[in-house]
Amino acid sequence: MALSLPAIMRTTAARLSALYFLLFALCAVLLVFYMTSLSASMLTGQTKDTINDEVLGLARAYQRGGLPVLVRVVEARSRQPGANLYLIADANGQILTGNVQSLEPGVIETVGWTSEPFSYQRFGEGELDRMRGGTSDQTTPQTGENSAQSEGEKGHNAIALVLRLPNQMIMLVGRDLGEPERFRAVIKRSLMLALGMMGLGGLLIWFFVGRAALRRIDSVSDASRRIMGGDLSGRLPVTGAGDEFDRLSENLNTMLARIAMLNEGLKQVSDNIAHDLKTPLTRLRNRAEATLAGKHKTTDYRQALEGTIAESDQLIKTFNAILMISRLEAGYSSETTSPVDLAATVSDVVELYEPVAEEAGVVLDATVPEAITIDGNRELIGQALSNIVDNAIKYSTGATESPKVRVTLERIGGELKLAVTDNGHGIPDDADRARATERFVRLEKSRSQPGSGLGLSLAKAIMTFHNGRLDLLPADPGLSVVMSFPVRGTN
Amino acid sequence: MAAPQSSGEIAYNGSMKILVMEDDREAADYLQKAFAEAGHTAHVAGDGETGFALADAGDYDVMVIDRLMPRRDGLSVIAALRSRGNTTPVLILSALGEVDDRVTGLRAGGDDYLTKPYAFSELLARVEVLNRRAGARESETIYRVGDLELDRLSHSVKRAGREITLQPREFRLLEYLMRHAGQVVTRTMLLENVWDYHFDPQTNVIDVHVSRLRGKIEKGFDKPILHTIRGAGYMLKGG
Repeated sequence: MALSLPAIMRTTAARLSALYFLLFALCAVLLVFYMTSLSASMLTGQTKDTINDEVLGLARAYQRGGLPVLVRVVEARSRQPGANLYLIADANGQILTGNVQSLEPGVIETVGWTSEPFSYQRFGEGELDRMRGGTSDQTTPQTGENSAQSEGEKGHNAIALVLRLPNQMIMLVGRDLGEPERFRAVIKRSLMLALGMMGLGGLLIWFFVGRAALRRIDSVSDASRRIMGGDLSGRLPVTGAGDEFDRLSENLNTMLARIAMLNEGLKQVSDNIAHDLKTPLTRLRNRAEATLAGKHKTTDYRQALEGTIAESDQLIKTFNAILMISRLEAGYSSETTSPVDLAATVSDVVELYEPVAEEAGVVLDATVPEAITIDGNRELIGQALSNIVDNAIKYSTGATESPKVRVTLERIGGELKLAVTDNGHGIPDDADRARATERFVRLEKSRSQPGSGLGLSLAKAIMTFHNGRLDLLPADPGLSVVMSFPVRGTN
Repeated sequence: MAAPQSSGEIAYNGSMKILVMEDDREAADYLQKAFAEAGHTAHVAGDGETGFALADAGDYDVMVIDRLMPRRDGLSVIAALRSRGNTTPVLILSALGEVDDRVTGLRAGGDDYLTKPYAFSELLARVEVLNRRAGARESETIYRVGDLELDRLSHSVKRAGREITLQPREFRLLEYLMRHAGQVVTRTMLLENVWDYHFDPQTNVIDVHVSRLRGKIEKGFDKPILHTIRGAGYMLKGG
C-alpha cells in the first residue's frame, strides 16, 4: 500500500519513530560535545606539562651559564624539527631570539600562562604566506572551535608560558595547538559521521519495521471494513507469530464470534417471534373476527372472549420465555447468584410435581443427598428443573406399562450432575436429541403435546448462565436429561 | 384481561379506596372501571408527582403504582411515602420481570410486585389480599373458617372436631388459604407464597395440589369449603 509522506506521518509508528530518533540524536549531540571538550582539555593539560618540562630544562641551563647558555640552548632547540615555540625578548618586548617571527600583540606583556590560544608565525612561514598572497599578522583572537578550520590560512594557534628573567628580559615557551585541534577535529568528524549513520539507520529501521507494522494494521483495518460491510463471518488475519498483533486479532476475533453469536440469536429470536407469535396472533384475530361476523348467543361471546384470554395468556408466556432465554444467552440478564441448596431445590421441585405425576400414573422418585450448596440462582434452577421434570412426566405418560421418572443428584468428578431420567420412548435419533434444546423445536412425536417448545431451550440457557451444561442422553429406554453444574471450591 | 365474573359476588369483602398511579391513560381508565365493577373506588394519578401528592393527602387502603412514570418514578414515590410514615400497602406494576427486579421493588417498600402484562383478576386478588382493612391475621395462632380449624402452633387441622392429617406442604397451603379466607387467591400467589417460586409452571401443578387438599378437607363432609373461582383462582369460605 503506497502512502504519501503526510499519510505516513499520521501513523503512530512514524510518530513514535520520529520521537525516538529526536531523543537519540539529542543524546548523541550531547555525547559529541562532552567527548570533544573532554579530549581538548586533556590535550591542553598534556601540552602544559610538556611546556613546564621545557621551562625546567631551560631554567637549569640558565642557572648553569646565565643568559648566553640559555640563548644557545634556545637557539639549538628552536632548530629541531617540530620544535616547541621559543622566544626571548628584551624588557620592551623586542624579539631577540627564538623561532617565533611575530605573534599577537600583548601576549608577552603578561607573565604566566596565556589565557587563550594566540596566533603566531614562525620564521620562514610568513614569507611563504606572503608569497601565496595570504595575510598574516593581523589575526583576530580565535577560539578553539573554529581555529581548526582557519588553520594554515591565518597562522597557527598556540598556548605558551611567559616568564620574566631576572634581568627583566622576557622568555616565552609555547606549543603549537595544531595537533590537539586536529585530534579534536577528527573525533568530531567521526562522531558526526556516526550520528549521521545512526540517523540513516533509524530511518531505514523506521521504514522497514514501521512499514511492516503498518501493513499488519492495514490488513486488520481492511478485514474490519469487510466485516463492517456486513460479512460477520469474516475474521481478522492471525499470522501465528504470537506477537501483540496476533493477540489483538485473536481478541477481536473472539469478540466478533460473540457478536456473530448474539446476532444469530437475535435473528433467530425475531424469526421465531415472527413464526411462533404470528400464528397464535392470527388465530386470535380470526376468532374475534368470526365471533363478530355471525349472530351469536351471549354465552358464545363469553366463550369466545375466554378463549381469547387463554390464548393471550399463552402468548404472554411464550413471549416471556423468549425474552428470558435471549437475556440469559446474551449474558445481559440482571439476575444474580447466591448460595443455593441444590438438594433442597430438587426436593422442592419433585414435591411440587409429585401430585401431577401421580395423577398421570407416573412414578416420580428422587435420590438426593444431604445439602449441597452451589453458587446459583434458586429461581432459575427451579424453573429449569421443573421444565425438565414436566417434560419427563409428559413423555413417559402412557409410554410403558409402568412409567417412571427418576431424579438423581450426585457429584461426579468436578461436576454436580442433576439427572432426570424417564423410561418413555426417548429420542432415538442423535441429531434429533441435539436439536431438542433449540428454540421452538418440537420433535414430530411431541407435536401433539401442549407446550411452547421453549422449555428445554430455557433450561439450556439457564445452565449456560450457571456456567454449566445441559445434555440429553439416551437412557435405553427413555431419555436422560442431565444438568451439569461446575463445582467450585471445596464443597 | 377481563374482570373476573365471579369476584363481584364472592370475593367482595368490603369496598376499598384504591389509588392507581399509571401514566398510560387507557390502562388507567380500564383499571378504574374494573375496580369500580368489583365494588371498589379507584383514583388515578397520571404521574409520580401527582400520585405522591394524592397519596400523601388521601387515606387509601391500597396503592397500585407503576414503576416507570413521568416526573417521578414509582420506586422513588414509594420510598418518599415510606419515609413520611405512610404505611399504605403498595402493589408495584412493572414491565421488568426478572426476579432481581422484583427484589429491588420489594426492597424499596413495595408489598407485592406484578409484572406486565397481567390479568386483572390477578391484580384484583392481590390488591384485596393487600387491603389493610382485611385485618392482619399474622398474629393469630388459630385460624377458623366455618367448621374448619387450623392451629398454627401445634400444626393440627380439624374440621367439625375431626382431626385431618396433612403433609407439611398441604398444611402451608391451607394456612395461606385460611389466612386469606373470603378472598380470591390465584395460582401464582400460591406458588409464590407456599413454594416461594415466581415462575409459571408449564402444567398447572398448583391445581393438583389444591384438589388433593380439597379431597382431605372436604371428603366426608357435606359442605364444600374450598371453592374454585373460574378464571381467577381459589377461595376458602365457610358456609
